Amino acid sequence: MAGAASWSFNENDFKQIQTHLQAFLRDSNARCALLVDRNGQLVATVGETPQFDPTAFASLTAADFSANDQLAKMIGEAEFASLVHQGERESMYLADVAKRVILVVLFDQRATLGLVKLKAKGVVGELNKIFEEMFNRVGTGQPGAQQKGLLEGAEDEIDKLFG
Amino acid sequence: MSMINYASREINCKLVYYGPGLGGKTTNLEHIYGKVSPNTRGKMISLATETERTLFFDFLPVDLGTIRGFKTRFHLYTVPGQVYYNASRKLILKGVDGIVFVADSQIERMEANVESMQNLYDNMAEYGYDLTRIPFAIQYNKRDLPNAAPIKDLQASLNPGWPIDEAARQKQTPDPAHPGESLVDRVDGEWVGHAPYHEAVAVRGDGVFDTLKAVSKLVLKTLS
Repeated sequence: MAGAASWSFNENDFKQIQTHLQAFLRDSNARCALLVDRNGQLVATVGETPQFDPTAFASLTAADFSANDQLAKMIGEAEFASLVHQGERESMYLADVAKRVILVVLFDQRATLGLVKLKAKGVVGELNKIFEEMFNRVGTGQPGAQQKGLLEGAEDEIDKLFG
Repeated sequence: MSMINYASREINCKLVYYGPGLGGKTTNLEHIYGKVSPNTRGKMISLATETERTLFFDFLPVDLGTIRGFKTRFHLYTVPGQVYYNASRKLILKGVDGIVFVADSQIERMEANVESMQNLYDNMAEYGYDLTRIPFAIQYNKRDLPNAAPIKDLQASLNPGWPIDEAARQKQTPDPAHPGESLVDRVDGEWVGHAPYHEAVAVRGDGVFDTLKAVSKLVLKTLS
C-alpha cells in the first residue's frame, strides 16, 4: 500500500472539475485556476496557461498552505481556510477544498478580490462535493478505485526501467 | 500518497530525503539535477538560508519513464536537517511514498544520525505511518572521508533490524546490492527485516542513483 490514502480521479471527474472552474473564471474575471493536492502535486489547470513552471508552483503552494495551517493552530484557529497574496499587478487567492486539495486562483486588475472571494465560495462548495465523492469511491471497487493493482504484473517493466 | 491521474495518464509519487544537518541531502538532489536530462526533470527549487542551509525544503521533479502507458514522475524533496526546524521538517513528510535516510558516515556525526533517525520514526508515527512498512532506504554518505565509521557500526546503530510479523513477508530475502547479506532473515528463531542500504560519496555522485533507484523501485512495487 502506498501511503495511507492514495486516490485517483477519472475522466468524468476531470470534466466536472473543468466545467465548474471555467464557469468560476467567467464569473469572477480571474485569469487562471489551479488545483493542487496537499502533497504538492498539480491536479488540474483551467484558464490561461501559466507562464511559470506549474510543478514547482504546486509544490510551493502546498508548502505555503501547510505552513499557514500550522501558524493557524499556533494562534488557536483550526485552520485558515483561505489565503490571499496580493501584489501590485498579480494576486492569488488560495482556498481549501475537502481538506485534501487547494484551489489557487490567479487574478490581475481586471478582477477584484471581493468578487473572486465571493465566487470562489460557490465553486469551492461544488468542488468539495466532487472530491468527497471521489475519496469515498476509493477502495469500494468503483472505477475510481482502479489504481489498486494498476501495476500488477508489471514487475518486468519496473525492472526494465531501472536497467 | 501516490496520485494517479487517469486523464493525463500520470503516476506521481513523493520521495523524501531525510537525515542530519550537513549530511548531503541537498547534494544528492543537486547531483540528480545535474545528471538527468533536462527533458526528464523540472526546475529545482531550494528554500534555503543565506548560508545555503535548507530552511524549508529542496524540490526536484524527475520523470522515470513509462509503465503500462503511465508516465511515472517522482517528486524528490529534502527536509531541513537542523534539529531546530522540526516543524517544517514534519510538514514535508505529509503524504510521503518513500524515504531515503542520508546518514553522515563520520564517527563524530553518529549521535546526530541516531537522533535524526529517531526523529524520523517519531514524525512518521505522528502521521500514523509506520517506517518499517513503507519504502525506505538508507544511504551512508561521505564514505571517502578518513573518519568514516565502518559500515557494520553504522548498520548496528541505524539499521539494526525490526521484527517481521506478517507470515507473507517471512521469507529469506537476499540483499541484491550486497551479496551474502539479507534484507529479511531469521535470527535466533525470529524474522528480522532491514532497510536496503547503499554507500555513497554524494559530492562525486557515487551511490546517488543506486539509492534513488532502490527506493523508487520499492515505491512502484507497492503499487503492484
